[in-house]
Amino acid sequence: MSIKYFDHIAANPLLPEVLDAMMPYFKEQYGNPMSMYDLGMNAKQAIETAREQVARLINAKPSEIIFTSSAAESNNFALKGMALARQEIGRHIIISKAEHHSVLNTARSLEKQGFVATYVPVDKYGMVDPDAVKKSITKETTVISVIHASSEVGTIEPIKEIAAIAKAHKIAFHTDAVATAGNIPVDVKDLGVDAMSLTAHQFYGPKGAAAMYLKTGQRILPLIYGGIQEGGRRAGTENVPAIVGMGKAAELAEAGLSGRMAHVRQLRDRLTEGILKIPKVHATGHPEQRLPGLASFVVEYIEGEGMLLLLLAKGIYAASGSACTSKALKASPVLVSMGVPTSMAHGSIVFSLGIGNTQEGVDSCIEEFPLIVKRLRDMSPFAKEGWGAMEAEGGNKEGA
Amino acid sequence: MYSAKLMDHFTNPRNVGEIADADGVGMEGNPTCGDAMKLFIKVQDNVITEAKFQTFGCGAAIAVSSMITEMAKGKTLEEALAITKESVADALDGMPPQKMHCSNLGADALRKAIEDYRSRRA
Repeated sequence: MSIKYFDHIAANPLLPEVLDAMMPYFKEQYGNPMSMYDLGMNAKQAIETAREQVARLINAKPSEIIFTSSAAESNNFALKGMALARQEIGRHIIISKAEHHSVLNTARSLEKQGFVATYVPVDKYGMVDPDAVKKSITKETTVISVIHASSEVGTIEPIKEIAAIAKAHKIAFHTDAVATAGNIPVDVKDLGVDAMSLTAHQFYGPKGAAAMYLKTGQRILPLIYGGIQEGGRRAGTENVPAIVGMGKAAELAEAGLSGRMAHVRQLRDRLTEGILKIPKVHATGHPEQRLPGLASFVVEYIEGEGMLLLLLAKGIYAASGSACTSKALKASPVLVSMGVPTSMAHGSIVFSLGIGNTQEGVDSCIEEFPLIVKRLRDMSPFAKEGWGAMEAEGGNKEGA
Repeated sequence: MYSAKLMDHFTNPRNVGEIADADGVGMEGNPTCGDAMKLFIKVQDNVITEAKFQTFGCGAAIAVSSMITEMAKGKTLEEALAITKESVADALDGMPPQKMHCSNLGADALRKAIEDYRSRRA
């Protein structure tokens, strides 16, 4: 059975050209970039080339790129590092309710340290209202962070507007651009952001390589202290092969961006059209302002994990924001903030397309998915009579 | 994540459906929590002769529903009431810790179906 991988938002496959570029740094070029001899200098040079490649992808200066181990690290670094560096000014931060856990839980950890955090809601499309951000600003606000695009509902946020508001109030602005960098045009100057997180495995690079853009002159405290790697802002011996891979992947993403976007958009539209033919299935996120490769839905009367398992049995890989698929067993905060009833949020299903996907793969998904929905609905107590089926008969309302 | 046995009960669930003239119906959970089960039983001479279910929930919740209906059939009401979340989980060759509440759901739905049957006769 051939694999239909529609979970690119979780990880992308590594491009062969990227692996080829990485290989010498696993094998013969094993030197520590801090060493003064040739092996060290070669590794150092490779990192600097990668830094230029990543900088070009987002229209930054190479000196504004700090390599990290993951997007989670970049997000932690941006929020904590910028908030702690400004705590004499104030201890209030603002994030949105569409944030990834690595932003959300960092904000919560800052709250435990005495910071105050405001969580700005999203509208029914998962969109943050710049005006709501503006209204949340206090004299104490030092950092605002809003995700560039949600990996769950695909909505692209009005970052430029929010960044301008932050700038007008002299507040540092960070965006988590994990889902966008390398997938749609991302220009830090045009967006006007002070900091941005991006990760290689979202544009066919390796895991374990990510970066933070930090605008020249922005103050930050390191998360990791030690040597003078990354200009003293992020200590630790560099993951040279991964960084080289990120650079190569960034170069290929920049060169192939419009072609890649057209490919996934066409597949996404085909998939969306096919899936919306099923009754009681709703598309989530903004219909136009969205990631080109992401199709997201809620399916009424059934739950996400069951769908994923049955899709998997057909070789189709997808994702869900359902509580039951997460080990934390919590309903997706973004869907809840969008006003999707919790019962329906459990029926979340997300397909994220990539350059390796084909029309045949999408068509087989369009063919299989309605059968899977029917099979699970045939088992569901709600499918026949709607969500009220159990209440009407006095079903208990206690939590599980 | 799941045992082969659990996956078998999820992909080929036994006893799916309603019993129109059920002697007892038990409902547990609610869709807000992500799982809800409706369990129907037929009882003859204090023995569960038939059991069916309808479930909204994850793979584990569906497998538990299937397994508990299998376990309940042929048991006296007292024996059926002795089925615990642990015995259902054991019968499925174990469940991930975060899914144990699904197992609870099955045992509770069965208990409620038996209580419903008894209250109808009272």
